[in-house]
Amino acid sequence: MDGSVHTEDTWSVAGRTFTSRLIVGTGKYKDYAQNAAAAEAAGAEIVTVALRRVNLSDPSQPMLVDYVKPDRFTFLPNTAGCFTGEEAVRTLRLAREAGGWDLVKLEVLSNTKHLLPDMEETLRALKLLIADGFQVMVYCSDDPVYALKLEEAGAAAIMPAAAPIGSGRGIQNFLNLGLIIEQSKVPVLVDAGVGTASDAVLAMEAGCDAVLMNTAIAEARDPIRMAGAMKHAVIAGREAYLSGRMAKRTYGDPSSPKAGLI
Amino acid sequence: MNLTVNGEPRAFPPLVHLAALVSELGLDGRKVAIERNLEIVPRSAYGKTRLCDGDRIEIVHFIGGG
Repeated sequence: MDGSVHTEDTWSVAGRTFTSRLIVGTGKYKDYAQNAAAAEAAGAEIVTVALRRVNLSDPSQPMLVDYVKPDRFTFLPNTAGCFTGEEAVRTLRLAREAGGWDLVKLEVLSNTKHLLPDMEETLRALKLLIADGFQVMVYCSDDPVYALKLEEAGAAAIMPAAAPIGSGRGIQNFLNLGLIIEQSKVPVLVDAGVGTASDAVLAMEAGCDAVLMNTAIAEARDPIRMAGAMKHAVIAGREAYLSGRMAKRTYGDPSSPKAGLI
Repeated sequence: MNLTVNGEPRAFPPLVHLAALVSELGLDGRKVAIERNLEIVPRSAYGKTRLCDGDRIEIVHFIGGG
């Protein structure tokens, strides 16, 4: 637009390359139509999806895939609701059969209150999944020590929680997030805890490769508008990160020249 | 015949294979994944997977999630 040449800013996970750095969830929307519109407004290329039993009492119920279409978005099946490695493997094997995807999101929760990950079980589940041929993006705590263990075990991406899932509280530990970003050779995504656009900006300014969110969009008063806001926030944060921000000063520094004053 | 489908014991007319069950339930086989007695059945095998009395069948699909 300004005539300067930018190389396209893409990121890659497990051999797939994406332009959008915003991954959106598909839960909590009023209906699948609103969900699809929000994913479009977010400019998302990847959406997370969950796997559940079919409702046999009403097989004519609307289905996610009829609105959020797998030929338009890369589906990232999750293991939401799993508390053990075996449950996660079973769920994702079914997901692979349902759609053929081997790129998956692992989340193994510790309890149903704060929803923080059980990292010992997450690491064990990761090893089981990798042995089964999956490419695994791992939801994890913001602990750099466990993040490194996940990477060494073969995680395709490290996805620390900014704050508990659905809490909307933003990044709680910038120091740990920064350490994870610094040490990781695979993509790092903030996953969970984003509340509003500024949280996404801060994640990207910190150097994350992408951001994953669901509730911040779905529970906004106007989800589709918030999806657009998040799209711009992620781009703004990424561009600011690439631009290299100015140094902070203790005192003021005038922007108008001191010389030539009348 | 008696099958447990998605955790619910149910009586069905005799069904020769899994494809017949999918059709009996009014489901689109292209949009689901199925386990028979904890083993995944590939979609291509629905028409040749015989059902036995007492089989435990899980039928799942993608829904919204984060």
